[in-house]
Amino acid sequence: MRIPSPAHIMNKLRVGWFSFTCCEDSTILFTELLNTHWDAWKDKLEFVNARVLKTNRELKDLDISFVEGAISSEEHVKKLQDIRANSKVLVAIGACAVTAMPSGWRNTFDEKTKQEIQYLVDRFSHLPRVEPLSKFVKVDDVVPGCPMDENTFLAVLNKYIQSSHSGLDPESK
Amino acid sequence: MHTGNLDLTLDQITKIEGHATLSLKLRDGKVEELKFSIAEFKRFYTQAVRGKPILAVPQMVARICGTCSNAHLLCSIKTIEASQGIVPSRQTVLLRRLLNNGLIIRDHGLHLYIFSLPDVYQKDSIFDFEDTNPEQHELVHDAFAVKESGNQLAIWSGGRSVHAPSPTIGGFSTFPDESKKKDLIEKLQQARPRVLKLIKIFKDCSFNQIENFSFSGLQSPDYSLLDGDIIAADGGSVVPHDYANYLEHTVIPYSQASGYKFKGNTFMVGALARLNLSRQFLHPKTKIDAADALSVFPSKNIFHNNLAQAIEILHAIDESVDILNGLTILPEKPVTHPVKAGVGVGVIEAPRGTLYHRYEVDEKGIVQKARIIVPTGQNQIAIEQSLLHFVESHSDMEKEQLSFEFEKIVRAFDPCMSCASHFLKLKMT
Repeated sequence: MRIPSPAHIMNKLRVGWFSFTCCEDSTILFTELLNTHWDAWKDKLEFVNARVLKTNRELKDLDISFVEGAISSEEHVKKLQDIRANSKVLVAIGACAVTAMPSGWRNTFDEKTKQEIQYLVDRFSHLPRVEPLSKFVKVDDVVPGCPMDENTFLAVLNKYIQSSHSGLDPESK
Repeated sequence: MHTGNLDLTLDQITKIEGHATLSLKLRDGKVEELKFSIAEFKRFYTQAVRGKPILAVPQMVARICGTCSNAHLLCSIKTIEASQGIVPSRQTVLLRRLLNNGLIIRDHGLHLYIFSLPDVYQKDSIFDFEDTNPEQHELVHDAFAVKESGNQLAIWSGGRSVHAPSPTIGGFSTFPDESKKKDLIEKLQQARPRVLKLIKIFKDCSFNQIENFSFSGLQSPDYSLLDGDIIAADGGSVVPHDYANYLEHTVIPYSQASGYKFKGNTFMVGALARLNLSRQFLHPKTKIDAADALSVFPSKNIFHNNLAQAIEILHAIDESVDILNGLTILPEKPVTHPVKAGVGVGVIEAPRGTLYHRYEVDEKGIVQKARIIVPTGQNQIAIEQSLLHFVESHSDMEKEQLSFEFEKIVRAFDPCMSCASHFLKLKMT
């Protein structure tokens, strides 16, 4: 795992929050966590790319990207790879990002049902199967659960907040 | 100013639930093409529930949407109970209303404070509100306090504010902790003055776009969002069982969701429709304290959907405090009947409007067929028409400002793309 650059040490962590195919339940839980954690986070985190929170966003020099949802199309793959290329740490958030389920129900359909939906799969250029993030990019941490487990999320986030202040790779501790 | 030709693409409309895109082509000042597309990828839930036992279905369909999850959960349970002839107890009805009120407070709170308020204050994000400006500083705290009161109400009554684990067919599997009721009431009462402030902000807001849409929604004499008949602005009423017969399905080839018309008309569901049709049934305290804001209804201004949501938060608080004060919880078992074959229809008002589930269940309790119609699908044609009407009268607007206005219009409808894209009616085009 890469170490945060010196310029970012003691500065706010540049955070991105992204979603692909999912119900965004973890995004909602995250917005509810803000209710009670914003005061503690506002001097430590800068949300530079979060569609749910703001219009003006940049995909550059992100310290951590939290990515919710499964991957359904080639366009998703490219976007995910772009996020990965611009993020020091990438964390898979929730069951769909980690396992592709339950968004990947169609992976489990019998042949008859697959044929029934094929015209839509074709029309919108779906991938043959719905896939987890790790199929396409390196994932540094996972927060499983449907929705994500809040305590695991807080532990992962705190780990990176602390490591950014010490300048150490969290895994070297 | 542009010369009359303009190509505008918004590949990610922001501060809404889920993914949507928009594209516009103007030629010589005339709209050649305007497409509002729901860009979420389909997850085929209506196929996925086929062959599943009814006990598994409510939690499964709750995963259609994170923010509306408890609405899908309650609607699904209602649908299965209808198919099985199960009548829930009074306590169950009240606990479900509390869970739904928690959703209304939390979800409308998210939309109003996090998505829409920055537009009113000409900020990109609520996190850009200035700490040194007392009004803006306080509004950030209001946002979190109001949302948290709804969040805690849902956690208390359902076990979690997203995909609540306690509600089940016939009742609840676990019960709220009575000892925490007092704190919860206090939290709701503390949120109340903050909500009155929010109502005033949206009452005074100058955003205005008049549309001649029809309105419809479930109506009941106590403004319950979980029961009643469907009332339309033309005065007619429809029993929930027949609702789908009045909806005209429209395939929108470039969108991953279906559009609908009601009785052949472009229509709108959601808080504005509910306030237009049923404001007389709001909680008495809400009617007194929001009297000034209520005087603007009925309204055809689509931005009054924001004001209507703020008033509904107040109603949800007032009703919840009443219910909580009168509620003594008994650990009763869920009502059960031997499984039988049947068709169930469940209709409720989700935060964004009328939600319809219909399941066909066989004699073993296995779902054979499911149909789900969500509010954003019903509003999709109205959203696109509103965008078209705006650009037709503002074709000389600068591109950047037009993008901002387009997003503002879409946000006024508070669409939920996660819901809208995960169903399909199989109709080839």
